[in-house]
Amino acid sequence: MSQLAQRRAPLFEGLRDYRAARIVRFDVPGHKSGRGTPELTEFLGQAALAADVNSSKPLDNLIHPTGIIREAEELAAAAFGAASALFMVGGTTSAVQAMIFSTLGPGDKIIMPRNVHRSAINALVLTGAIPVYVNPGIDAYLGIPLGMAVADVEAAIHLHPDAKAVLVNNPTYYGVAADLDSICRLAHRHGMLVLVDEAHGTHFYFGDDLPRPAMAVGADMAAVSMHKTGGSLTQSSILLLGSHTDAARVRQIVNLTQTTSASYLLMASLDIARKNLALHGRAIFRRSMAMADYARAEINRIPGYTAFARERTDGRAFYDFDRTKLSIHTRDIGLAGIEVYDLLRDEYDIQIEFGDLGNILAIISAGDRNLEIERLISALADIERCYRRSPAGMLEQEYVAPELVLPPRQAFFGRQETRPLRESLGQISAEFVMSYPPGIPIVAPGERITAQALETILYAQERGCYMTGTRDPELREIGIVVAQEVPDASPP
Amino acid sequence: MRPRLDVWFTEEHAPGLRFSMRVTHEIVRRRSEFQEIAVLETQEFGKVLILDGYLMVTEKDEFIYHEMIVHVPLAVHPDIRRVLVVGGGDGGAVRELARYDTIEEIDLVEIDPDVIDVSEAWLPQLSEKLRDPRVTIHFADGVRFMRQVQRPYDLIIIDSTDPFGPGEGLFTREFYGSCHAALTEDGILINQHESLFYEEYRAAMRRVHDRLSQLFPVARVYQAHIPTYPSGHWLFGFSSKRFDPLLDLDAEGWLSRGIRTNYYNPDLHRGAFALPNYIRRELEGGRRTRLK
Repeated sequence: MSQLAQRRAPLFEGLRDYRAARIVRFDVPGHKSGRGTPELTEFLGQAALAADVNSSKPLDNLIHPTGIIREAEELAAAAFGAASALFMVGGTTSAVQAMIFSTLGPGDKIIMPRNVHRSAINALVLTGAIPVYVNPGIDAYLGIPLGMAVADVEAAIHLHPDAKAVLVNNPTYYGVAADLDSICRLAHRHGMLVLVDEAHGTHFYFGDDLPRPAMAVGADMAAVSMHKTGGSLTQSSILLLGSHTDAARVRQIVNLTQTTSASYLLMASLDIARKNLALHGRAIFRRSMAMADYARAEINRIPGYTAFARERTDGRAFYDFDRTKLSIHTRDIGLAGIEVYDLLRDEYDIQIEFGDLGNILAIISAGDRNLEIERLISALADIERCYRRSPAGMLEQEYVAPELVLPPRQAFFGRQETRPLRESLGQISAEFVMSYPPGIPIVAPGERITAQALETILYAQERGCYMTGTRDPELREIGIVVAQEVPDASPP
Repeated sequence: MRPRLDVWFTEEHAPGLRFSMRVTHEIVRRRSEFQEIAVLETQEFGKVLILDGYLMVTEKDEFIYHEMIVHVPLAVHPDIRRVLVVGGGDGGAVRELARYDTIEEIDLVEIDPDVIDVSEAWLPQLSEKLRDPRVTIHFADGVRFMRQVQRPYDLIIIDSTDPFGPGEGLFTREFYGSCHAALTEDGILINQHESLFYEEYRAAMRRVHDRLSQLFPVARVYQAHIPTYPSGHWLFGFSSKRFDPLLDLDAEGWLSRGIRTNYYNPDLHRGAFALPNYIRRELEGGRRTRLK
C-alpha cells in the first residue's frame, strides 16, 4: 500500500460523516451525544461525547469488522509492515494475552525472560501454560535487567525443545533491546513461534536509528502500545500478526474476552495516530531523540547522575538501546530512583514515568517542549544540590532468579493461606509481588519465596516503592500455597 | 477626537473581567520563534508591548514597575556590582540599572531576540541603555542559563512574563534553587510576584513564596500600584541570604546618589513592605514543607 493511502483515516472519516448526517439516535450510549450528562460534556467537550457512539452498519463492529474498522486495520497493518493488524481496546495487556491464548494450551511451555510484564504471567495463570524463564542478564553497574542474550535463549531451547514459543521484550521498560533478529531465526529453526511485547516499541516502526521492530525481523505476533509513544488514547493498542499467523483464528480468541462495546474514541485515536506516524513519524522521533540526547548530555554534567544510552551496549543481553528513552541512574547521589521520582513530583511538580531502586525513566515524546526538558534537568541539578547523601548501604540490585515449583495456574487457583510476609521464607507464593511501575514481578504465583526475593521486597517497601499484586494492600501478609498441594519433586 | 474606526485591545484579567484600551494604530505585529509580538499605539497609555496577547509594558506606567524592581534592592545592598536580569528584553530594567555608576556588569538573558529587536526599533524609551558597554545580552533559555552560571551575581532580577506560559520555568523551585546557587553570599533575588487579588494566580504565587522562604533566610514581599496590570496592585519578591529590606535600608546613602525617580523614594520603600491583611494571610497560609 502506498504512502498516499496512509493519508486516509477511514474510521475517523466515517465518524465525521456519521456526525454530519445528524442521525436521530435511539440506541446506546444513553447520554446521546452528551445531552443527558451536562457536567460530563462540560468537562470532556461536546465533540468527544458526540464521537462516543455504538457499533452499527456504517460504523462497523470490532467483533467482526467488515467496513471502516477493517479498512483502518488494513492501513495500520501496512504502516507497521505486518500481514494483519487488530485494534485492541483493553490495553496492551489484552494484546499480550491474545498472543499467549492463541499460541499455548494447558501444560505448554513458553520461553520468556524473567522481566516480562505481569500481563504475560497473568495469561499463563489463565491458560495453565508453563514459563521457562531465561535470565535476562543484568547490567551490574546500573542494576537493571536486560534483554536476554541469544546464547541464553539457545540454552533454554536445548533444555526445553518441546517449548511452543519464545516471548521477547522489544525493548524493556528501560529501553534495552535484545538481538531480536537472531532470536527470531533461532526460534523458527526449532519450530517455535516468536511473540514480541512491544509495549514500549511503537516508534521502532517509524523512526531512524532505533532497534529493529518485530515485524521487520519476521516475528509471528507483536503487541504494540500505540498509546505509550504513538499518540493514541490510553488503553488503545494494536496486535500485529506476521504472514504465517491465522488472523481469523486470532480474532476469535480475542473475542473471547474483548468487550462487545468497543470505544470509538479509542479506535478513532488509533486510526488518527497511525496516520500521523505514517506521515510524520520520522520527523517526530528525530526530534524526540534529539531532545533526549540533549537532556542526557546536560544531565551527565551534573555530578552523580548517569544518563545512559548506546555506550553501555555489549552485543549480548544489552544488544541495543532506544535513544528516545531518558533512563537515568541515580544511586551515586545516594538516592534510590523511587526517591528521586517522589521528590520530582512532590517538590518540583514534575511527573516522570517511574523510579526503581537505582534508576528513573522519563518518557520523551511528540508532546514535549524544550522548556519542560530544561525544567527536568534543572530539577535534577537541584535535587543533587539539596538531597545528595552517601550511597553506602544501598542495595545492589541483582537478578532475583525465580525458583518455579508449581505451574502459575495451579498456585493461583489452588488452596492457599496467608502468612505474614516476614515469616514466608521458603513458602510457595500464590500471588504476585511487584512494584508498579515497572510492573515486573519479584515473585509470581508458583514460585518459592527466596531470601533474596524477600530482601528485595522489604528494601523496596522501605524506599517507598508502591508494591502491588497481593490481596493485602499493605503487603504485610502474603498468600502461600498450602503444604499439601506442593509436590516433593520440583520443578514441574 | 474619537476615531470613526473604533479599535480596542482587550485583555482578560479574570474569567469575568476585561480590561480594554483604545488603539489608535498598530505599529508592528510579528510572529517570532517563541511568541507573537505586537506594539500598539494607544490613546491613554502611549505605545504598549504585547506578547502572545498579554500586555507587558506601556510607555505611560512602565516606570513604576522598572523603578520598583531595581531601586529597592539597590537602596539596601550598598555594593552591587554584578547584576543579572532574566527576561526583560524590552530593556526597562537595564535602563534603571544603568543609572548606577557603581554597577560594573549587567547580563541580560532573553530567550527571544525578536523582543529586543522590536523594543530597539519602536520602544526607545525602554531600550535606550541596551547598548551600554556594561551590558551583555545572552539569547538563551533562562532556566538553562541559570544552571550554568560560573561567577556569582550580587543581584538577580527575574523580569518574567506569566507563570502559565513560556516563562513558567522561571517560577519553579528548580529555578530558584539555581538562582540561590548563582548569588554571592550577600546576594539579592528580586522576582515579580503577580497579584493575589484574583483567584487565578493565588495558589501559584503562594507556592512561589513558600519555595523562596525555604531557600532564603530573608524572603519578603512588597507592592506597587500599576494601573494596567490585573487589579492594579502588583507584588514583588525580595529574597536575600543576608540583607533585610527594611533593617538594612540605607535611605541617606541612596538619596546621596542623586538619582531622580518618578515613583520610588525611601519613604515609599518602607511602605511598600506594609502589606494588606488579606495578602499577609494568603502568604502565611502556604504549605510548609521541610527542606533538608
